[in-house]
Amino acid sequence: MLLAVSALVFLMSHFTPGDPATIMLGANASAADVTRLRHELGLDRPLMVQYARYLGSLLRGDLGHSIRSGRPVAQEIWERFPPTLELTLAAVAIAAASGVLLGAAAAVSRHRLVDTLAMSASLAGISMPSFWLGLLLILLFGLVLRWLPIAGGSSWQALVLPAVTLGAQAAAVLARLTRTSLLDVLPSDYVRTARAKGLAGLHVLLRHALRNALIPVVTVLGLQFGTLMGGAVIVEAVFARTGLGLYAVVAVQARDFPVIQGIVVFAAAVYALVNLAVDMAYVALDPRISYA
Amino acid sequence: MLAGAAITGVFIAAALLAPWIAPRDPVAPLIEEVLRPPSWAHAFGTDELGRDVLSRVIYGSRISLEVGVVAVGIAAAAGTSLGLLAGFYGGTWDMVVMRGTDVLLAFPGILLAIAIVATLGPSLGDVIIAVGIGAIPVYTRTVRGSTLSVRRMEYIEAARAAGATTARLLRRHVLTNIAAPVLVLATLGVGVNILIAAGLSYVGLGAQPPTPEWGAMLSGARQYLRDAWWIAVFPGLAIMLVVLGVNLLGDGLRDALDPRGRV
Repeated sequence: MLLAVSALVFLMSHFTPGDPATIMLGANASAADVTRLRHELGLDRPLMVQYARYLGSLLRGDLGHSIRSGRPVAQEIWERFPPTLELTLAAVAIAAASGVLLGAAAAVSRHRLVDTLAMSASLAGISMPSFWLGLLLILLFGLVLRWLPIAGGSSWQALVLPAVTLGAQAAAVLARLTRTSLLDVLPSDYVRTARAKGLAGLHVLLRHALRNALIPVVTVLGLQFGTLMGGAVIVEAVFARTGLGLYAVVAVQARDFPVIQGIVVFAAAVYALVNLAVDMAYVALDPRISYA
Repeated sequence: MLAGAAITGVFIAAALLAPWIAPRDPVAPLIEEVLRPPSWAHAFGTDELGRDVLSRVIYGSRISLEVGVVAVGIAAAAGTSLGLLAGFYGGTWDMVVMRGTDVLLAFPGILLAIAIVATLGPSLGDVIIAVGIGAIPVYTRTVRGSTLSVRRMEYIEAARAAGATTARLLRRHVLTNIAAPVLVLATLGVGVNILIAAGLSYVGLGAQPPTPEWGAMLSGARQYLRDAWWIAVFPGLAIMLVVLGVNLLGDGLRDALDPRGRV
């Protein structure tokens, strides 16, 4: 799978207009210099050979060097990953907690005010552009009320606004899904049995209904992780956080291909890992499923 | 659903009628009118180059709707064809198409779009292509699933025995079955694609100035948030309302066309 991903990335960077060696040396470089650099970089070899070399260096963990800064890409990615990871995890936590809660509350109160309010909020949430929400939150909490910082920073306060911004859309999606899923599960036989046994409503909800209702939710959560990683790109731009997202944008604008390639491969790898974890979480949630 | 249709209709009308209803030129800067708050002269205020925000928002509807519809068009056309190919002929075709779809799905949506824009260069057109390509897998999967289930049904065997050609089978039975889910996906997809495209423009990878694209407008607004909140609020509000309208429309369509709710 990752093989195909790397192939795609490699091909894409090859189709880009502009020759990397020329970009690196600048427009005034002599033809001889460009040819020499191309030979050094291996750009004049056949395509398959270049790809093989690329794979080789990937396996060794070498993602090339940034055209802009000359530093190893792998190192630059590694340095910038923690803030992005922090943001994404915080957003996931917020999204999961608020989404499931909201969805569950809506399902339980079914068609009454709470339900309508929750679902309207969710609809608004999935329609709103994240960067707009970010700007609004900055406006309200940063400038008018002055409760929270609005740019950069590594304190937990600086994490609040960006994480909420990023997580809001995912929370809305999860809320809707939880509600639907729960509504599917609640009329089931085993739920009625549990209630008939005299178990308290909340207990029934938590142990029986939710465990099964959450299965599709967990799947979507895994998929959302990817969306959140992408969304982090934009949110980092809004809140001026120095993470992988901002790095990616800068790299694209500067046509820094090794960096772009590296980030894309890295992101795909992380995404694959997360989905793997989700698959394993399945087993924990529903004992009927196993990978015998 | 009616609310959705109404809201969407308003924006479509705005897009089509823009040159007649926009009060000012959306592109020409007017230095003397920089950063004016909302007033009778400028309902949404002016931006950092003195341009009327209302006019820019109205013209922006053209761009956003164009982006949404074209991207969905690309995705639906390509995805449906691939799905039909995979579902109907099966075997090697199926495997090839599915592997390709899996590769596309290995990337989170926005990152794929960024990667494609990196390849092609930052511009609105490339963003449309990127977003469109990213949306293909959903259509491929859905169409393939429907095609597979229709293919197995007995009346196909009967029709074939009666001498119907493949093309006719495809058209009559398969297409009528997939039309509804694809339509719902397409409608909802317009909303998602508008959001992604706006986001990319916000970070400078999409529409370039002075194009009055809503995301690009919000990008400039960040610096002036303290003094000119209106530059940020109105374009974003427009984005949200359009997407909301389209989402409501899509939800309504889904409820109407598939009462079991299993699209």
